[in-house]
Amino acid sequence: MGFTTLFRKEMLRFLKVSVQTVAAPVLTSALYLVIFGQVLEGRLQVFDGVRYISFLVPGLVMMSVLQNAFANSSSSLIQSKITGNIVFVLLAPISYLEFFWAYVAASVVRGLAVGAAVLAVTAWFVELRLQAPLWTAAFALLGAGLAGALGLLAGIVSEKIDQLAAFQNFVILPLTMLSGVFYSIHSLPAVWRGLSHGNPFFYMIDGFRYGFFGASDVAPLLSLALVASAFLAVAAVCLMLLKSGYKLRT
Amino acid sequence: MHALSGVSLAIEPGEFFGLLGPNGAGKTTLINVIAGLARADAGTVCVMGADTVSAYRRARRKLGVVPQELVFDPFFTVRETLRLQSGYFGIRDNDAWIDEVMAHLDLSGKADANMRSLSGGMKRRVLIAQALVHKPPVIVLDEPTAGVDVELRQGLWQFVGRLNRDGHTIVLTTHYLEEAELHCSRIAMLKAGRVVALDSTHNLLAHFAGSRTTARVVARDGRQFTLELSGYHELETQLARLRASGVEIADLELDRPDLEQVFLRLTS
Repeated sequence: MGFTTLFRKEMLRFLKVSVQTVAAPVLTSALYLVIFGQVLEGRLQVFDGVRYISFLVPGLVMMSVLQNAFANSSSSLIQSKITGNIVFVLLAPISYLEFFWAYVAASVVRGLAVGAAVLAVTAWFVELRLQAPLWTAAFALLGAGLAGALGLLAGIVSEKIDQLAAFQNFVILPLTMLSGVFYSIHSLPAVWRGLSHGNPFFYMIDGFRYGFFGASDVAPLLSLALVASAFLAVAAVCLMLLKSGYKLRT
Repeated sequence: MHALSGVSLAIEPGEFFGLLGPNGAGKTTLINVIAGLARADAGTVCVMGADTVSAYRRARRKLGVVPQELVFDPFFTVRETLRLQSGYFGIRDNDAWIDEVMAHLDLSGKADANMRSLSGGMKRRVLIAQALVHKPPVIVLDEPTAGVDVELRQGLWQFVGRLNRDGHTIVLTTHYLEEAELHCSRIAMLKAGRVVALDSTHNLLAHFAGSRTTARVVARDGRQFTLELSGYHELETQLARLRASGVEIADLELDRPDLEQVFLRLTS
């Protein structure tokens, strides 16, 4: 019941400002599609027989999923900490596991909601067909979970908005932009291609895209295993911090 | 440096207990430890037999805390806030009790108002309502009347008094010593993280303030005298002495010992 209510509260929180939390990211992605799709169409080599704009759409969808899942848990927790209303959750008989899953689950829902909306809008521009929908669903779910858990971690560790913004701007944004959303890593020089393999967001984008085209830079099972491992690692750190009350309970 | 040190006290069920002390004495820290918001380096706290660490769920269900800071979630209305708080405590369909609490705190008219739009006093009422949604047997009020108007203060004390008469244990911290004197049956005074006095309000007043009782006497000819008494028992002797010296007493005013005197003696 504690989990259900906290999850519901987190859902209500982003739904009450859905113009900002859902509509705005959809518009941003549509602009990316229009600008990059037009400018780079025919200039970049992606998968065989796949148009650049078609390649771009799943990347943009997954990028929206990840960024919004991260934003949901991180902004909610930091706002609650700064305004002090986190006390209402801390006073309640809610376990650290319920706390973790409520924040992550709400982040997953927001990430998927924005992703679905981006997909619906971009479908106007390009025809896409899901070849392996289960892979797409698995990567979307796990990727949103990982981004939600990362957001929670950032929210726990940060004490001020600018600390969270630094995490977002210097960690999440570069990892997302350099994850192959706008290009296939096979078009990169060897050094950058090697570095891309160290970026967990690359595996999420690549695996998600596999569901649409049946082609990927890395075998989807390996990508899924790596994303799942990253989720488990971040979840373990979050749970450890939540259990100890780090920066939540004095 | 310890915020609290060697604090050991038991608050009986149904008590109206006051926790007093100057700023920085450790009152809020003690409340935070009881509520699980802060962790003690050593020692244990139990709420009605439930350890606040090992049995935290049971302990927190028995505890309603009104925080000192005016905190609120700007995304929700008053009713949504109270429903969510009920849900955190595992209570569904709590509207009947929520309505009752809102009515007692004069919040019914603001049920659908966003928390942001409320005045400070109204936000304070919602904080109190949030602490009560799960009908906790122990209610902790950390400076509940700080910065609130007289009307709310009176309404609040009537409501809290009723809760206490209904069997709820009340733990109060306040800077308004007259409130503690009026409502608390027992008081602990903290200074620098330690308990410097723990007794019934009556005994504290009798033991610590009685020696400073003063009587102001106005004579028929207009002269005024201030009598320093070590206790009420000295009054008659001193008045007799005045009469013997030819003073005709027209008016007499006694300074009742109050908690402020006790507070100053023990904490300054």
